[in-house]
Amino acid sequence: MRSLMQQPFRTAVLVLVWGWLLFLVLAPNLLVVGASVMTRDPASFISLPVTLDAYRQLLNPLYLDVFLHSLYMAAMTTLVCLLIGYPFAWSLSKVAKRHQVLLIFLLIVPFWTNSLVRTYALKLILATNGLLNNALLSMGLIDEPMQLLYTEGAVVIGLVYLLLPFMILPLYSVFDDLREDYLRASHDLGAGRFSTFIHVIVPLTLPGVLAGIMLVLLPAMGLFFVPDILGGSRNLLVGNVIKNQFLDARNWPFGAAASIMLTLAMAFLMFAHRLSKRRIGEEGV
Amino acid sequence: MSRWLPRTYLTLIYLLLYVPIVVLVVFSFNDSRTGYEWGGLSLRWYDALFNNRAMVQAMWNSLWLALSAATVSTLIGALTALALHRYRFRGKNVLNGMLFVVMMSPEIVLAISLLALFLLVGFQLGYVSLLLAHVTFCLPFVVITVMARLSGFDERLPEAARDLGANDFTMTRTVLIPVIMPALLAGWLLGFTLSLDDVVVSTFVSGPSYEILPLRIYSMVRVGLKPEVNALGTLLLVFSLVMLMLSQWILLRSKR
Repeated sequence: MRSLMQQPFRTAVLVLVWGWLLFLVLAPNLLVVGASVMTRDPASFISLPVTLDAYRQLLNPLYLDVFLHSLYMAAMTTLVCLLIGYPFAWSLSKVAKRHQVLLIFLLIVPFWTNSLVRTYALKLILATNGLLNNALLSMGLIDEPMQLLYTEGAVVIGLVYLLLPFMILPLYSVFDDLREDYLRASHDLGAGRFSTFIHVIVPLTLPGVLAGIMLVLLPAMGLFFVPDILGGSRNLLVGNVIKNQFLDARNWPFGAAASIMLTLAMAFLMFAHRLSKRRIGEEGV
Repeated sequence: MSRWLPRTYLTLIYLLLYVPIVVLVVFSFNDSRTGYEWGGLSLRWYDALFNNRAMVQAMWNSLWLALSAATVSTLIGALTALALHRYRFRGKNVLNGMLFVVMMSPEIVLAISLLALFLLVGFQLGYVSLLLAHVTFCLPFVVITVMARLSGFDERLPEAARDLGANDFTMTRTVLIPVIMPALLAGWLLGFTLSLDDVVVSTFVSGPSYEILPLRIYSMVRVGLKPEVNALGTLLLVFSLVMLMLSQWILLRSKR
């Protein structure tokens, strides 16, 4: 039985933790949900009546274009990260164990350095008179500088550069768990390399793929400073729209509705990730 | 498969990851004004940086914010981890779920929700709002780090302490805290770095009374190239590197 002396400490800890999370996580999120169904008000940010106008505005062709373009750039980013990251994680899991620690460390060093500064460093390379153009010009590969900055490609490069480790780490963890005997079993049962890849390796690494997609796709729609530095005004992300609505246009309901769309996308991806993990569990692997 | 193919591939990707960082460091010592051509070695941009009073002030503000955010989040995070580890209480899954959602949701979603809260309750945007926001997004990372340490912990130790007459508070102080110390340090360093690098959340919850470094950099790099940023970036890089190596060293040492 618990003595009375133990109770105050336990109570104090629980009150502190619950208080923090209720006040700074739950309440703010409920506020955003509430704001999304209110009417825009220049003086007090939001006011009654309750309306779904903000959600209707999301379908306005002007914004729909921006959202689709943002989704397209985020999808490209995720795809490029996956195409680079999948073989990368696979190769990494084949390196001798004692080297892996150092290699993982080298992978997370950039992640620990200021992302704004790293995005800016890309600008030095991609600018019209930047390093890449100068190098290509002096090698005679091009005759005049290419327009690399302020393009869709620049935004995707920037996002890939910032988010690649988030794709690689979950993939590395599934490749690290991949047991050699499954691959051997598949080979012994007569499967070729391609068939083993499709029927054994891909399904077993699917949770890692989905975790990676989740960790890349969503930030790739929110990191508004990347288009600000590399993309110019025509390559905006959902994050730019949300920021603009909250800080400049003062249209909270619309900004809140856009943010809820992002949250729903996150919930959907988390659900898919759970499902893929459970499927593998049920098949007894 | 041959062994050189994966190795070549790994090397290539690592090169691509590090080229921009190397370029930044090299160009921070560049004497040229245009920022693209090499004009000889110089420390002029470091000089310019430290002679810029607003910049130095922003640096101190950022350091103080990161220090306090890391400390508060480590304190609360450690208590949360202990509560999740030791106590049975109603809504434990909800608590876990909320921490998970904070960690997974896009920063901008957290940012606007906090802005909405602060403005609607009439909170002055400045140091305190930044601190509350930074502690909130650091919290899940500290909890995870400490939980990982606690999961490999011999359950009989706290029981023994209790049998010897210690109450919860004494047991926590004399048994649990020493065990989780490495995780506390690692969590603190992680929080410190996360806070120092944050742009997205800070953009929303900071006010003119408290300017911090990432926002100053942000306003500088949006328009054209600023060679001072190379110098500043290099300093931040060295700083983060030291912090990261420190935290890895602490974790590795504690495993032995």
